[in-house]
Amino acid sequence: MTVNLLGLTREVYKGMPTTLCAGCGHNSITNHLVKALYDYGVEPHKLAKMSGIGCSSKTPAYFVEQAHGFNGLHGRMPSAATGAKVANRELLVLGISGDGDTASIGLGQYCHMIRRNVDLTYLIENNGCYGLTKGQFSATADVGSTQKGGKVNEYATIDVCGLAIELGATYVARSFSGDGKQLVPLLQGAFSHRGTAILDIISPCVTFNDHQGSTKSYSYVKDHDVVLHTADYIAGGREIAVDYEPGSVRDVELEDGSHVLLRKLDVDYDPTDSLVALRTIHEATDRGEFVTGLLYVDTKAQDLCEREKLPRGPLIALEEEALRIDRDDWEALMQSVRP
Amino acid sequence: MTQRAVNDFTIRVATVNGSGSQSSNLAITNAILRLGVPVAPKNVFPSNIEGLPTWFDIRVTAKGYQCRTRDVDVLVALNATTWQSDVVGVKPGGVVLHEAAFPVGGETLRDDITYYPVPFAQLAKERFADKGDLRKYLMNMIYVGALAYLLEIPAETIEEGLRAQFRTKAAAVELNMQAVRVGLDYAREHCEKRDPYRLEPMTGKIEGSLFMDGNRAAALGCVMGGCTVAAWYPITPSSSLCEYFIQYCEKHRVEKQTGERKFAILQAEDELAAAGIVFGAGWAGARAMTSTSGPGISLMAEYAGYGYFAEVPGVIFDVQRAGPSTGLPTRTMQGDVAFAYNLSHGDTKHIVLLPATVQEAYEFAMEAFELADRFQTPVFVLSDLDLGMNSWLSPPLPYPEKPFDRGKVLTAEDLNRVPSWGRYRDVDKDGIPYRTLPGTKHSSAGFFTRGTGHDEEARYSELPEVWKRNLDRLVRKHETARTAVPAPVVTGKGQRIAILAYGTTHHAVREALDRLREADLKVDYLRVRALPLSPEIATFIQRHDRVYVVEQNRDGQLYGILRTELPTHLVQRLESIRHYNGVPIDAHAIIDPVLEAERAPAVVAE
Repeated sequence: MTVNLLGLTREVYKGMPTTLCAGCGHNSITNHLVKALYDYGVEPHKLAKMSGIGCSSKTPAYFVEQAHGFNGLHGRMPSAATGAKVANRELLVLGISGDGDTASIGLGQYCHMIRRNVDLTYLIENNGCYGLTKGQFSATADVGSTQKGGKVNEYATIDVCGLAIELGATYVARSFSGDGKQLVPLLQGAFSHRGTAILDIISPCVTFNDHQGSTKSYSYVKDHDVVLHTADYIAGGREIAVDYEPGSVRDVELEDGSHVLLRKLDVDYDPTDSLVALRTIHEATDRGEFVTGLLYVDTKAQDLCEREKLPRGPLIALEEEALRIDRDDWEALMQSVRP
Repeated sequence: MTQRAVNDFTIRVATVNGSGSQSSNLAITNAILRLGVPVAPKNVFPSNIEGLPTWFDIRVTAKGYQCRTRDVDVLVALNATTWQSDVVGVKPGGVVLHEAAFPVGGETLRDDITYYPVPFAQLAKERFADKGDLRKYLMNMIYVGALAYLLEIPAETIEEGLRAQFRTKAAAVELNMQAVRVGLDYAREHCEKRDPYRLEPMTGKIEGSLFMDGNRAAALGCVMGGCTVAAWYPITPSSSLCEYFIQYCEKHRVEKQTGERKFAILQAEDELAAAGIVFGAGWAGARAMTSTSGPGISLMAEYAGYGYFAEVPGVIFDVQRAGPSTGLPTRTMQGDVAFAYNLSHGDTKHIVLLPATVQEAYEFAMEAFELADRFQTPVFVLSDLDLGMNSWLSPPLPYPEKPFDRGKVLTAEDLNRVPSWGRYRDVDKDGIPYRTLPGTKHSSAGFFTRGTGHDEEARYSELPEVWKRNLDRLVRKHETARTAVPAPVVTGKGQRIAILAYGTTHHAVREALDRLREADLKVDYLRVRALPLSPEIATFIQRHDRVYVVEQNRDGQLYGILRTELPTHLVQRLESIRHYNGVPIDAHAIIDPVLEAERAPAVVAE
């Protein structure tokens, strides 16, 4: 039987059967996640699966059944994920959200999670519409994109990657649910990264947003996906055994000593330059395209738990002696508040 | 001169917000305490940084009453804008110590009060011309001196108080004392004492007491109760609770060598996010809290319901202020009792603690974390602006002797011992299930926490019987809480009528009970200290013909809860007394309606 570096089978990383529509992009993402978690060797008990509300937010039930899950409120998962992370730094926090959950109802919490650089991986399963309530536009719908019944979106789109970079996000990637080859290493890189890792994954809604006129349909996405680079993830301490032409690969070393190797395609893209990233995103949008790959990474920034100088282990491990003011100090304190 | 009025009167200092009167008000308060005389200060301040009127009432009370009184005996008038109405508000026989430049005439000319004009501004200008920005503070210290002369407070006592106030800053004490002496000397020369109010040293009243605000006490309760995560959004009147918590954690919970901090305090982007952080942290095992006021709990409603239904511990302090809406942000109210009790949509019922005193603000804070962990649910602590922001005399806060009770948490070792477990199974028949924490290294530890319908194994379910069974178990849990929350406190027995109150209303009830007794009306008293209602409350009402439910809101919110939860024959015995003008309730708000009702000719049939 094939096992991963922890000696666990791939079965361990699976979950309940999906209840989403057949062909939903989210199911592909779940499969890529299972592979990424398995390949990475995430310890199931250390994984905290967090989500909000919507089709995307159901998916934590569909992988790593042994792990704890927290299916919270619509748009308010980032705060709960932040609380869970500070309560136990040892957890690998994986947040799964959608475009409505992130860019509409949850935009505020999304922004403030990024500002704080909470160490977690945050997936946006982005289909540009509200599936569970039957196909209304979300805030990531492109201008000019149509609904199934022909209604045109005239409101500006919110680019969750551009916004994240603007807010100082430290790992920002965009990918496509159909491109596991690119997505799996980007996910592993996100697990390794210390700080908020944003992955915006275009994930077509087969039921409500897969028609002619939609800019989030399978066919549109396939035709307009500008792949910046293919990626490989090399775990920390492993030898980089990939052969490549000198100068053809950009090596991003992450905080834990792991590497994401970005194999150049048409352009020489520097993912450490936020202005380049923003310009690339804007130019692609203007052309009706979108760029996929590791758009931006900053491995120098402190994450929330480091900045707050939190203990290594879970806070619940701190007992009375560690938390209460000692008796002498207490007496002095009482003395200080006497009239 | 009329009779002497010793150690029993109220001083009102009327000033302009931002004019620097805080330290002088504190100097007077400290000096009176140093004489051994109990005081109850009430700061009635505007929602403004500078310019609007503010009043600081110092109730001097030999009997130790801690509630507000509506009588103003001694007015220190320093605000030209409110000069007229301030003078009109003085009790007949009272005193007005005022800025000499204020015109006395028309409505401000009364023949039943004593005027002591002092040219505060001019004195400050003459004596402290070189003191720049400090001059406004020093001008206020001049009134401290004038008042000290009139009330017969020794200069040394003022100085001792200032020394305690400014601690190591000897120069500040000296400078302020100069100003105090300017006032003393001026008053001695120009204000011949013609009124009855004076202070005399006392013993046996306040020795050993603390003098502090409820927000500070609650923050100490959080420290001693093992709270490690706090998330908050600044809001009056609760901000100082988290600020004190930050202060104490930074002082007592930082490892000296490593700088490691045994707490995470996050200022959130709004109150709903603060609640999310709390329940996320509670889910991961940490004791977590947020502190807020009415508008904040409005925003938190959604996560409060999640916490209730998904059964996640968390503590929410609501330092209540006057609502609805933005309302009066700097005025007090017991306005969130009904809302907090049922906060969120659907059938939701929370545990709500109702502290009345500084000591309870401290003890209930600790207790809230215990109850939240034991019951795996949000626990609300409903303080109010009066308790939270005013200073109170209090017995010393006891050092906690009990270890933390984390409730029914299964470890990996526990899971090895049990054949199987389900997150929402009612194993002990008390409605409280067992939980595991993320990070527990066991293949069966994990479960999916959700706000959607779920069965005993935490699996999604829409089955009618599963849904109902879960809601019924939550009711069982609530019933278990009924006898686990702080029990009511009963004083007196055997009378036919009684008062029922909670929170800071307690202090007005204490005085009202004394005064009613003086008027030959003996009344029993029960103080509710938590929701759900303890069974003793029904028993108490059963023993009385009439029970006056006193509270500080317009709609009789606890009265409403009692009406809903008690049997009809007991509801008929309840009478509702409500006080809701934004300032703390005083004894007359209780005495007057009780006497009126009890002395009405048509008394209830035997």
